[in-house]
Amino acid sequence: MLSYLIFTLTLGGIYGLLALSLNLIWGGVGMVNLGLAGFFAVGAYVSALVSIAGMPLPLAMLLACVIGAMAGVIATFATIRLRGDYLAIVTLGFAEVVRMVALNERWLTRGSDGVSGIPAPFRAELGINGFNMFYLGLVSIIVLAVFLTMRRLDGSPFGRVLKAIREDQELATFAGKYVTRFKMQTFALSAAIAGLAGALYGHFQTYISPDHFQPLITIYIFLAVTAGGVGRPLGGLAGAYLVVFFLEATRFLGELFPGLQPGQVAAVREILVGVALLGVLHLRPQGILPEHIAPAPKTETTP
Amino acid sequence: MTTVAQAILNGMMTGMLIAIPALGLTAIFAVLRYVNFAIGAYATVGAFAAWYVNTRLGLGVFPSAIVAFAAGGFVGLVAEQTALARLRPSGALAVAIASIAVNLILENLIRFIFGNDLQGFDLPIARDWRFAGLRLGPQQVQTAAIAIAIMAAVFLFLRFTRFGKAMRAVADNPDLGRLLGMDPSRIAMITVVLGAGLAGVGGVLLGLDTAIDPMTGSRLLLSIFAAAVLGGLGSIPGAVVGAVMIGIGEELAVLVLPATYRSAVGFATILLILSLRPAGILGERNI
Repeated sequence: MLSYLIFTLTLGGIYGLLALSLNLIWGGVGMVNLGLAGFFAVGAYVSALVSIAGMPLPLAMLLACVIGAMAGVIATFATIRLRGDYLAIVTLGFAEVVRMVALNERWLTRGSDGVSGIPAPFRAELGINGFNMFYLGLVSIIVLAVFLTMRRLDGSPFGRVLKAIREDQELATFAGKYVTRFKMQTFALSAAIAGLAGALYGHFQTYISPDHFQPLITIYIFLAVTAGGVGRPLGGLAGAYLVVFFLEATRFLGELFPGLQPGQVAAVREILVGVALLGVLHLRPQGILPEHIAPAPKTETTP
Repeated sequence: MTTVAQAILNGMMTGMLIAIPALGLTAIFAVLRYVNFAIGAYATVGAFAAWYVNTRLGLGVFPSAIVAFAAGGFVGLVAEQTALARLRPSGALAVAIASIAVNLILENLIRFIFGNDLQGFDLPIARDWRFAGLRLGPQQVQTAAIAIAIMAAVFLFLRFTRFGKAMRAVADNPDLGRLLGMDPSRIAMITVVLGAGLAGVGGVLLGLDTAIDPMTGSRLLLSIFAAAVLGGLGSIPGAVVGAVMIGIGEELAVLVLPATYRSAVGFATILLILSLRPAGILGERNI
């Protein structure tokens, strides 16, 4: 039971990083990344493959971030100037193409068999339980660090420019901000965080395959960020843990309704995810922890 | 040489089928100004409805296609009124995200009812026609003929009927439409029935020569989007031209690439067209 809890919390942390990534780009500049699962997959495969080839883990994870950011720039440079709809379509397509490449380029990714034997840090020394505890600690520290950076970013001049772009792009341009560059930097940073999440996932599971990176993950993270509160890092992070617990709790659905086939139970779980996302969008679009929008400073005018 | 000609022929045939759901997507975008990701699920709903009446009641292709239109349109309207319409004031992206949730729910409802297995249609097996070294299946010709008939009907509807003209007017200038006394919510509903219904027919036409499963529509999504973006999102003639080009492009690409990369053509096309000419070949909103 304890090891199950540890597993759930570790997964929650990894989803939390994805939620911070989505919150940065969606809550920050108002751009929608429907290809989150694709960047997650890129990070996981890069870090897994180079570490199997012998690269030390910290470097492998760093490389996962860099390649994730590069993929982000490549996937978005065509659309970043256009309406948000186009970016949504392109990123959705990007995730599909990543899965296609992972399935078909067997020489690199071993196709649907997946990559196994991904190095897990200190697993031999700590034993299974010790490793799980250690990894939970590692993931939690990284999540905390990224979260604090995001919080810091939120209040920084950079973060304020992002929110200005989100609210009124023309006005931000008029104020002399180079909107395209800000958007690109933010998307790259966001993709890098998703890549880092992927790397952490791979070294935790020690086995990855294209099936681990279904588009469904992207929907989970959208649910996490909307439920938690778009625009507030703490909201997205809390939402991610909530979603993981929700998913784990619904795993036992089959025992409640013994008449259902396993496929039907899976279908009901996914329907619940969809209904929850619609419910949040309709009933509480600002989320559980709404974004603080500081009131405009009082101007010194005498009445 | 013959293989290239055969690929172009097959691509044209598939392209005309992709054009039908692409028309649906682009019509909804033109009038309601949001990208509907649930179009994939509407196609699957139509395909399964048609499969049901085809295999259980023995209806032929044409009546089954009508059932698919009705089923797609009905489900689309219900989804729009319950899940999407109220989010319109929050902006196009909120509606688009909600449409992804709708897609997930519908796809899994179908999985819940019919299971994950592949389902085949009950069709007479016919020998391919051959001429000048090219092959053409009678089934292909029949579905292409239905597709052309539907496209003609859509053009006539938009050109000559009151609702068609109102849709074009609202697509062109929503405020002016309202000033002239057009009821925006009614026009929105008719557009959704038309768009989702077209997706439903597209689902069955594309599913006829292979088998269908709950993911059928979602797998087509990239090709449908590519067709609509290539032709210009919101442009009705553009969707047709874009779909035929995507169909041919996909067939030509699998001559040199593994067949599994077929829908990567759609992605590459989207990236290319958005870098070079974001409004598409025929321009946005040319409904």
